Amino acid sequence: MSKSTAPIGSEFAVRDYSLTGDSTRQAIETGLSAAEWYHSEVPRKKLKSLMKRRDAPAIRDTVIWIALHFGFAAGGLYFWGSWLCVPFWFAYGVVYGSACDSRWHECGHGTAFRTRWMNDVVYHIASFQIMRNPVNWRWSHARHHTDTLIVGRDPEIAWMHPISLVLKALAFVGIVETWTSLKVLMRNAMGNLSQEEQDYIPENQWPKAVFWARVHIVIYAAVLVVSFVLFAFGAGWKSLIPILLIGGPRIYGCWHFVMTGLLQHGGFAENVLDHRLNSRTLYMNPISRWIYWNMNYHIEHHMFPMVPYYALPELHELIKDDLPPPNTSIWDGYKEMMGSVMKQRVDPNHAIRKTLPPTARPYREHLHRAVPERNTGLEICDTGGT
Amino acid sequence: MPWVDACAVDDVDEEDVIRWDHEDRTYAIYRSSDNEFYCTDGLCTHEQVHLSGGLVIDYEIECPKHNGLFDYRSGKALRAPVCEDLRSYETKVGDGRVMVLVE
Repeated sequence: MSKSTAPIGSEFAVRDYSLTGDSTRQAIETGLSAAEWYHSEVPRKKLKSLMKRRDAPAIRDTVIWIALHFGFAAGGLYFWGSWLCVPFWFAYGVVYGSACDSRWHECGHGTAFRTRWMNDVVYHIASFQIMRNPVNWRWSHARHHTDTLIVGRDPEIAWMHPISLVLKALAFVGIVETWTSLKVLMRNAMGNLSQEEQDYIPENQWPKAVFWARVHIVIYAAVLVVSFVLFAFGAGWKSLIPILLIGGPRIYGCWHFVMTGLLQHGGFAENVLDHRLNSRTLYMNPISRWIYWNMNYHIEHHMFPMVPYYALPELHELIKDDLPPPNTSIWDGYKEMMGSVMKQRVDPNHAIRKTLPPTARPYREHLHRAVPERNTGLEICDTGGT
Repeated sequence: MPWVDACAVDDVDEEDVIRWDHEDRTYAIYRSSDNEFYCTDGLCTHEQVHLSGGLVIDYEIECPKHNGLFDYRSGKALRAPVCEDLRSYETKVGDGRVMVLVE
């Protein structure tokens, strides 16, 4: 199922994941950046129906999501002081600290709701919950879709070589990421954008990035103040409640989104132009799918990012004969991924390469340059491939 | 500034878009739900993705790659990650054909 491959650009001696270094220059020069990616064939009429936006599914899911916040928080508070509160806080942590990731993601794409302001409102709430600057991450995710796992271009590569398993394990409790996120928000709130942020965020958006960072920081500071005041007035352990409600779930409730997020591209190849070679589709239980908003259909999502989460199962059924076989469960996905990751720690060129079904078109192995200059050229220079 | 015969009216479905290439340029031709025709540059101003693969909703076209949004009547950019407007072109319909005023 997997083997060592020599991905495009693997001759680059050192993998420099910065967005302003040698890998960036090489990715642009070789045409890896903003390249033409493989897509499965979907008839236009069918694709249009799949892309069609509706408000109802996301309104339903958002009402449930909000109700679960209040319900689990109420349970956690009601049973405070008894061990019975633990499962409520555990569940609250997941609906706050993990479900926010998929809401942030889908609303960032603008596909969850048909009504634009609904996407924007949920996007901002979820961005706050996951401690991401809503401006920075909108742009970084756009780049992730343009240049998925292209070294030097994609700011969202989760498994960078050399892989640190300790850091990956710590991600499940979110301490390092929370600290890092707060530092970024603080830096942005002070008016500073890093060189990389300046690279992928257009200059006219920088003031917005600073504004939203300040909003986030002010709210977190208010939470800390309330907690401190409660402590000062003798509330004892109850003074932790504001932090358990706001901010804390990014640490104690993030494990589910980390678990599912690492599966998206883990163990696959960098610097390829076929999402079937760098993304994972897998089946999972319905609760995880609800928390994750169907992003387990990740190849499908990358091929057709305009298809809303609620239409991804149908899209999967439509194109699955052109895709590698999906993993059968989260456990199955982890077995495959970790087997490859352990090999990648020794040989970074190792990558999972699943056997395609006989009905599928072959993997796109070679670099295609089919992106015409805006209004200047239409020629397609195909340097090989399928 | 000549009018150019771009396509047949029936080439574009209602509330849809097609690609039209002319000389060394590429365009997108839209048909609204009220059967009006519009034309803009074909490539998204964010990154060079052709809008003909996108989704037409009312008077808006959504880029297929990053979901940036334009008003295709004016070319105005409506939603990040697009910031720069599209160029739009005048159209007219005659004898079942869509004509575009190219520059």
